[in-house]
Amino acid sequence: MRRYLLNRLWQSAVTLVLATIVVFAGVRALPGDPALALAGEDRDPESLRAIRQQYGLDQSWLVQFWQFVSHAARGDLGESIRTGTPVRSMIVSALPVTIELSVLAILIASVIGVGAGVIAAVRRGRPAEWAANALALLGLSVPHFWLGLMAILYLSVALGLFPASGFVPFFTDPVANLHHLILPALILGTGLSAVIMRQTRSSMLDALSADYIRTAEAKGLSPKAVVGKHALRNSLIVVVTIVGLQLGALISGAVVTERIFALPGFGKLTVDAVFQRDYPVIQAVVLVTATAYIVINLLVDLLYSVIDPRIRVRGEA
Amino acid sequence: MKPVLAVKDLSVTFRTEDGPVSAVDRVSFEVTAGEVLAVVGESGCGKSVTAMSIAGLLPRTATVNGSVELDGTELIGADKRTLRSIRGREVAYIFQEPMTSLNPVFTVGHQIIEVLRTHIGLNRQAAHARAIELLKLVGIPSAERRVGDYPHQLSGGMRQRVMIAMAVACDPKVLIADEPTTALDVTIQAGILDVLRGLRERLGTSIVLITHDLGVVADLADRVAVMYAGRVVETAEVHDLFAHPEHPYTVGLLGASPAAGRHAESQRLNEIPGLVPVLTEQPDACTFADRCPRAIDTCTSSQPQLTDGPHRVACWNPVRERVEV
Repeated sequence: MRRYLLNRLWQSAVTLVLATIVVFAGVRALPGDPALALAGEDRDPESLRAIRQQYGLDQSWLVQFWQFVSHAARGDLGESIRTGTPVRSMIVSALPVTIELSVLAILIASVIGVGAGVIAAVRRGRPAEWAANALALLGLSVPHFWLGLMAILYLSVALGLFPASGFVPFFTDPVANLHHLILPALILGTGLSAVIMRQTRSSMLDALSADYIRTAEAKGLSPKAVVGKHALRNSLIVVVTIVGLQLGALISGAVVTERIFALPGFGKLTVDAVFQRDYPVIQAVVLVTATAYIVINLLVDLLYSVIDPRIRVRGEA
Repeated sequence: MKPVLAVKDLSVTFRTEDGPVSAVDRVSFEVTAGEVLAVVGESGCGKSVTAMSIAGLLPRTATVNGSVELDGTELIGADKRTLRSIRGREVAYIFQEPMTSLNPVFTVGHQIIEVLRTHIGLNRQAAHARAIELLKLVGIPSAERRVGDYPHQLSGGMRQRVMIAMAVACDPKVLIADEPTTALDVTIQAGILDVLRGLRERLGTSIVLITHDLGVVADLADRVAVMYAGRVVETAEVHDLFAHPEHPYTVGLLGASPAAGRHAESQRLNEIPGLVPVLTEQPDACTFADRCPRAIDTCTSSQPQLTDGPHRVACWNPVRERVEV
C-alpha cells in the first residue's frame, strides 16, 4: 500500500510539472502582447520596454519559466494587471467559495444519485425504476441555469425562503453561509445526480447479476446485506470515478451557477480574468484548476484501492 | 430411514419473451442423512434449476410447483424470512465457478464470518476463530494467514475449498454442490472430492451432487438420479446404475464418457446424437424418443412413468440385457 501511494504521488508530481509547462506555454501562445495590453493608450517604445523589463518579458522563455515556477513555488503568483491586487489573495478569497459550493453540490448529487440508482437497479422493471429513470432524464435535460433562475424566482423572490444572491464566509456566520449556498448547491447537485444515478444503476445491475450475489443469497443474508454491501461495494468504483470527474469539473466550471447566484467564486474570477485579458490571473487560475484535478484524481485512485483490494496488489507489483 | 430432503413432483416453469419454458417436470427424489445423491445429465437438462429451487433461489420469472420438504418443513411457498433462515444454515450451496462465486472485495475470512454471524450470532472473535477452524477443516494450509486473504490471492482449488468452508460453516443438513469440480483442473478435482467425502464422513452431511461428470459420480455418490429434459429418467444405487443401466439415455451417457483403459486402443467415444430439447410444455411422449436408438411406437404417443423399486426407470423399452458400454 505504501509503495502504491508513493508511486501515485510521484506520478502526480510529474503531471503537475507537465501542467505547469502547458499553462506557461499556453498563456505565451495566446495572441496579443501583454505589454501592449498593459500600456493601453501609452504605446511609445520607451514605456513598452519599461513594462517588458518590469514583468521580465524581455528575458528568454527559459528564464521567464524559471521565474514563474520559482515564484509560484513560494506562493507568489504575481499581481493582477488590472487591479494590482496580488493574484494569490484573489484566489484565496475565491477558491473556498467554489470548493464549498462544489463539495455541497457533489454531496447532494451523490446521496440522491446513488440512492436512486440502487433503487432503480433493485426494482428493475417496476414503477420505482420508471420513476427514477424519468426523473433522471428530466435532471439531464433541464438546463441548470434555467432551473437556477426558476428557483430564484419562486423560492427566493416569491416565497423568500432563500437569499437570491450573495455570499457570507463560513467563519463569519456558518448558518448564513449555508443559507446562501444551499440553493445553488441543490441546483448544481440535482443536475449531477442524474448522471450519478444512471451510472450507479448500470453498475449495480452488473453487480447484482454476478455469481457472488447468488452466493450471498445462498448464504441466507438479508436483502440489505446483499444489495447494500455485496453489490454496492462492487459498484462503487464506477460511482467514485464519476463523482471525482464531476468534482473536478465543478471546481473549474461552476461558472454559470456562480454568475446566476452572484457568488464571488472561482468561476466568476476565471470569466472576469479572461474578459479583461488579465494574464497573471488566467495563468494562476488554470494552474490551480489543474492542481485541483490532479489532487482529486489522486484521491479517487487512492479510494479505488480502498474499495477494491485487487487494485492495491496490481499497484504493488 | 426418514429422508432429510424429500423432493416431490417438483416442476419449474420460466416466463420468457417467447412464452413459458418448462425446465423441470415433476421431479421427485429423496436424500437420507449422510447420503450422497448425484443428479446427472447433459447441460440444460434441469439439474441446476432443480438445485436452485430447493432453497428458493430462482429468479422471479420462475414458477415453482410441487413440494420440497426439509426435515418435515415445506420450503415451496415458504415466506422469504423462513427461506433466508434456512439458506446457509440448513441447506448450503457450493457453485461451479469458484473464481466468481466469492465476492472479490471482501476477505475470505470475512465472507465465512458473515455466515456465522448471520445464523449463529457468534461475536466477532469467536467467528474469526471458527473461520480459521473451518479453513483447516477443508484443508487450507496456514489458515491463520489465509483467513485475511482476498479471493484473487488464492488459486482456483483453494477458492473452492473456501466456498466449501463457507457452506459447511453452520453445519447444514444438506449440502448442494452444483458442479463443484467442473471449473477446476483434474489434479485439483480429486482434492475437492476428498474434502466433500471427508465432510460426509465426519459431519454426516447429506450431499446433493449436481454434475455431468460420471467420474465424479462413481467417486463420491451413493445413489444417482439421471435427468433428461427436466425429468428424472432413471434412478438407482450407484454400482447398480453403472453395471446395469436401463434407460437408453443412461447407456448413452456412460458410453460417451471416457474410462481408463477403455477406448484407449481404437474405439472412439460414443456420442448421443442431437441436443436436449427446450420445451415450452411437457409433451405426452418420451422426450428422449427423437434421439433414442431403441424408440418404439409407444414412445412418441405416451409418456413413460418411473417404475417402482430400488432401480427405477421411465422407459417403454428399457435395456434389460447386459450391454457393453
